[in-house]
Formats: sequence, C-alpha cells, structure tokens
Amino acid sequence: MDNILTVDNLKLYYYTSKGVVKAVDDISFSLKKGETLGLVGESGCGKTTTGFALLKMPTPPGKIAGGKIVIDGIDMTPLRENEMRRNIRWEKISMVFQGAMNTLTPVYTIGKQMMETLQEHREMEREEARKRIEKYLNLVGLSGDMVKRYPHELSGGMKQRIAIATALFLEPKVIICDEPTTALDVIVQAQIINLLKDLKEKLDLSFIFITHDLATEAEVSDRIAVMYAGKIVEIGTNQQIYGEQGPCHPYTRNLLAATPRLHAKVSELSFIPGAPPDLLEPPSGCRFHPRCALAMDKCREEEPPLIEIEEEHMVACWRCEKR
Amino acid sequence: MTEKIIEVKDLQKWFPIRRSISQFFKGEHNYVKAVDGISFSINRGEIFGLVGESGCGKTTTGKLIMKLLEPTEGTMFLNGEDVTHIEKDELKRYRRNVQMIFQDPYASMNPRFKIRDVMEEPLIIHKLGEDRDARMKMIEKALMEVKLNPPDEFLVRYPHMLSGGQRQRAATARTLLLNPELLVADEPVSMIDLSTRAEILHMMKEVQRDLGLTYLYITHDLSTARYFTDRIAVMYLGKIIEIGDPDDVIDNPVHPYTRALIAAVCEPVAGKVNKPKVVPIKGEIPSAANIPKGCRFHPRCPYAKEECWEKEEPQLQEIEDGHFHACRRWKEVVEEAGRG
Repeated sequence: MDNILTVDNLKLYYYTSKGVVKAVDDISFSLKKGETLGLVGESGCGKTTTGFALLKMPTPPGKIAGGKIVIDGIDMTPLRENEMRRNIRWEKISMVFQGAMNTLTPVYTIGKQMMETLQEHREMEREEARKRIEKYLNLVGLSGDMVKRYPHELSGGMKQRIAIATALFLEPKVIICDEPTTALDVIVQAQIINLLKDLKEKLDLSFIFITHDLATEAEVSDRIAVMYAGKIVEIGTNQQIYGEQGPCHPYTRNLLAATPRLHAKVSELSFIPGAPPDLLEPPSGCRFHPRCALAMDKCREEEPPLIEIEEEHMVACWRCEKR
Repeated sequence: MTEKIIEVKDLQKWFPIRRSISQFFKGEHNYVKAVDGISFSINRGEIFGLVGESGCGKTTTGKLIMKLLEPTEGTMFLNGEDVTHIEKDELKRYRRNVQMIFQDPYASMNPRFKIRDVMEEPLIIHKLGEDRDARMKMIEKALMEVKLNPPDEFLVRYPHMLSGGQRQRAATARTLLLNPELLVADEPVSMIDLSTRAEILHMMKEVQRDLGLTYLYITHDLSTARYFTDRIAVMYLGKIIEIGDPDDVIDNPVHPYTRALIAAVCEPVAGKVNKPKVVPIKGEIPSAANIPKGCRFHPRCPYAKEECWEKEEPQLQEIEDGHFHACRRWKEVVEEAGRG
C-alpha cells in the first residue's frame, strides 16, 4: 500500500518565557492509504500538538522546529501560509477538533455556517453549494433539512456529525480526529465510531484518530502509535497491541492494564504511579524511566531509539527484544 | 440484617417549563420530568452505582439526595428519619452527614484559596475545632487519609499547583473532615486521566473501607462501575429500569436498554477494527418534557410490541435474588437475544 502521509523527524517546540517546551520531539511515522492510525497517550503527551503540527498551524508560542511532512506527494515543509491555506488545509488534510461540536455559532443556522466554509474555499453557485452540503449531510446520516436548524436544536451526536461533515467538504485525503467521541454518551459514541468506519470505506479516506482511550482505539485503528512526553514510544498493528502477546513497551503495557474492561471481573485495577514529566526539563535517558518498574541504569543514561522488533512493530525501550 | 442508611420512595423532580396561553387559562402545566418516581435504598457501607446517559436524571437524583433540590413528590429517609422536607438547623446537620465530591476538581475549589483555606472553610461553617491549630490537625489527618503526603507541603499550595488526581484527593479529604456517613460522588473520575483514574478509585475504596463510609457513585461509565460498586441501578429518562449486583447486571442483563448500553462500550481487545459495532437500539433519547406513553423505552427498543406502548408502564420486578428489571417482554427478550 502507498503512503498518503509521511512524517520525518517532526519537532514542534513551545518557546515560553520559562524555556523551550519540546511538546513534539522528533517523531516519525507514516499513514497508508485507507488506513486509520491511532495516536494515544495521557494528556500533555503531545498528541493534539502533533495534530496541529500536521496542519502546520501551531498554537503560539509554538513553532515547528524541524522535520518533513509529505502529503499525497507534496512536501509541505517549504510551503508558505497562503499556499497551505489554499492548497493543503481542508483540501488535502482536515481536522475534527476536540470539542468541535461546541464551536458552532449559536446565532446562525447550520446551513449558513456550512455555506460560509464552502464559499471561502470554492467559487461555487449557491445552488451547487447547497447540493453539496445536502450530499455531505446525508453522508454523515443527517437529513437535508438540517440546514435550517440552529445548533441548540441539535443533540451532541448530531453536532459532532456536522463537524465531521464540515471536515469532509473539500474532499481531503486525510482526516485528523481529535477525541471525537470523548464528550459523548456511550451509545452515541458507538454510532459515531460506526460512522467513521463507514466513511472510511465509502470515501477511501485515511484517518489519524487521537484519543486517550485505548479501548476506543481498539475499535477504530488499524495501527496504533503510543506517545509519551513528546515521543512515540511504540507503534504496532491492532493485533500486535491488543492481541495475545500484547505490547512490548512498559508504558503501553501499564496503560492497557489501567484501561477498565467491562467483561473482565477484576478486584483491583492497576495504575501508573507518578505523573507525566515536566517537558521543560524532561528526564534524562528514557523519559518514562522515573515511572517504570523495569528501569535499569542504562535507561537513566541513554535514550532508547525506536527499533523494529517484528514486522511493523517498533518500540523504544532498552528492555524490549526482537520477537 | 443490613441497615439502610438512606431510602427514597417514589421520588420525583419535575421542573416546570414554558406553557402556551391556552394552557395557562386552563391551568395546565408542562414539566421536564427529570426524575420520575424512583425508589431505592442504600445499605450502610455499600457503594451504590447510578448509571445512565446524560439527561437520564442521575445527577438530579444526586442533587435531591444532597438536598440541593426539593423533591416534587416522594419521601426520603436518612437512618429511618424522614428528611423529605427539612430546613435550617436540621438541613445543616443533614449536610454534614451527606457530603458530595464533584465532577470537576478544577471548578470545585476557589482558585484564590490555598488548600488549607479550602479545607478549613467547612470546619468554620460547621463550627468544628476550637482554634486554628486544632483545625489544622484535623486537616492534616484528612490529607493523610487520602495519601497526600506530606500534608504540610500541600497545605500551602494553591489548587492550580496540584494535578487533577491530587485535586480530587484534596476534594475527598475536604468531605471527610465533617465525618459524613454518605458520600455522593458525581462522576468523580471522568475528568481525570486514564492512567490515574484507577488510582483515585482505589483511594476512594480504601477510605470507604477504613472509615466505613457509604457511597452513591454516579457515572456514565459501566466499566468503572463494575469494578467500583457493590450494586448498580441503570436509569433511563428519569426511571430506574434495572438494578442488581454489577456482575449480574453486566453479564446477564435483562432490560433491552441495559443490553444496548453494554453493547456500546468499547473494549481494548483485538479484532474489532473495520467491523461495524452492533448496538441494538434505535434513534436518540427523547426529551424528558415529552416522555413516551407505556414503557418509556419503547420507541427505541428493537423488541417492542403493541403491549409495550398500550399497556401501562412496567414496574420493577425481581428476576433473581436482588436483580430487578422493568421490562414487560423480558422472557422474549432473553430468548431472542440470548443471555449474556
């Protein structure tokens, strides 16, 4: 399969008055056509920042400090802001932001808000634009008369569908979904997950699915990248992470053990002691070593590289051996 | 015989909403029936879970138990004493016995207060401890109980200097100061990172065991409810539709709504990607201002037949020891869907 997106040595640093926060520190991965790649980690691990970096729109005082992003054969690195806006953002890669459903303006109808986005990017007759809006509303499982409604008339699930429809509008190849199911009820969550699976098949899309929840990731992602303190610590296929043998990195293992399972009777849930490190002064060596039960001297001194332990399965841990 | 700490009977909370002119002259009213007749009791030392989607009335129930809201109908008993309508001194005493841990540890503390001031305030209000030193001793003891060690280091910090997990510990310590019998915990871990969520629940369970507390745990998350609670009640549109031991309810659900809720939960196991998730439920939750006739779940139920909307609303019935449900067609449902 071809790669639709390749990221090499991407760095995004926040230049704060207290110092440089390396929120995304030298990460590399690729996304295949028609694939969903999950990005998981605790809050503050840099997963949302990675999403913003892929759109080349870091939140100030953040700046992209290096790396190369190639999407659909186009190298984004040298592109200027207006080129990004015209040719890349929403045309090639779009994002469903965290809490996107709450960003709809309460005073305009859904139709007007969607029309605005569309006309900003495309010269289009009103009638044609209306048809396209209706087509995309239907695609996400809403009826066309939704355009006359105001946001307060819609449920959370409906608003999330609108946010997804808006991201699809200009027919991008890659969609980044940042916690698209987090604020929703379980049943609505399941419906949105089904919708994303359905869209992926119908439109041949590729997704980057950002969440803190390994359980949701198991449902949607073909491959999973686990982030810790700005670094990718493990990447593997769904089977490699959730299968019998399980993940290799102690952090992934702990995170998986802390994820509650409905159908397993457990008397004690495990948890990861301590808190994620302050990225102003990340720990030496492996960034996870202060919280790791398996840490040895080497872990404190030398940073482990991301190495392949079996096909498609990469881990950054001194304790992991080839499978 | 286990002792009931709190008991509610046919508790209702209806909120009046706007009505039309003609309704006004006819003297008719419209209501949002947030809690529409629920009965349950919590035994001493038990962790009772209340589970449901947003809008099902679980938080309103919590507020009624906290006496932050006056019930429209029904009765409430604390330790056998009628507390449905109490005022002033009695209410103050009640609030000491029944304390609350809120969902958002960022919003439940004054950002301009240090932890010691945040913690001292309830003691001053309830006139506990003779002087500041005595109060500080009590606060230190409470902080030790929730494993915020060493306490004097945390006393001088502001809430923003604590992590989410530490804040929720401090919030728990604050409620413990008043020696409550019952703690109402409304989604205490839903805003906390997954890696520390288990740690907080673990701490809450330890405190409960050590001090013999009783919890009402309100949540939308069935997975933590199974691990944390001794008994769970599933709510839908203001009514309890299934209640029982967590293992029974989750492994052998009876009510079609409980089945749908369980089917919708994601689990971290392989081989589910690229397959649609089957959730046996239709549409979205109706408004609590317009509750369907008959069984209130019938418009969304895949098993509904005429009797479900024509006959009156089904009441809770016992299927096995301590496991109740409110489904008229439960035999057919269990047969069609298979148990577990």
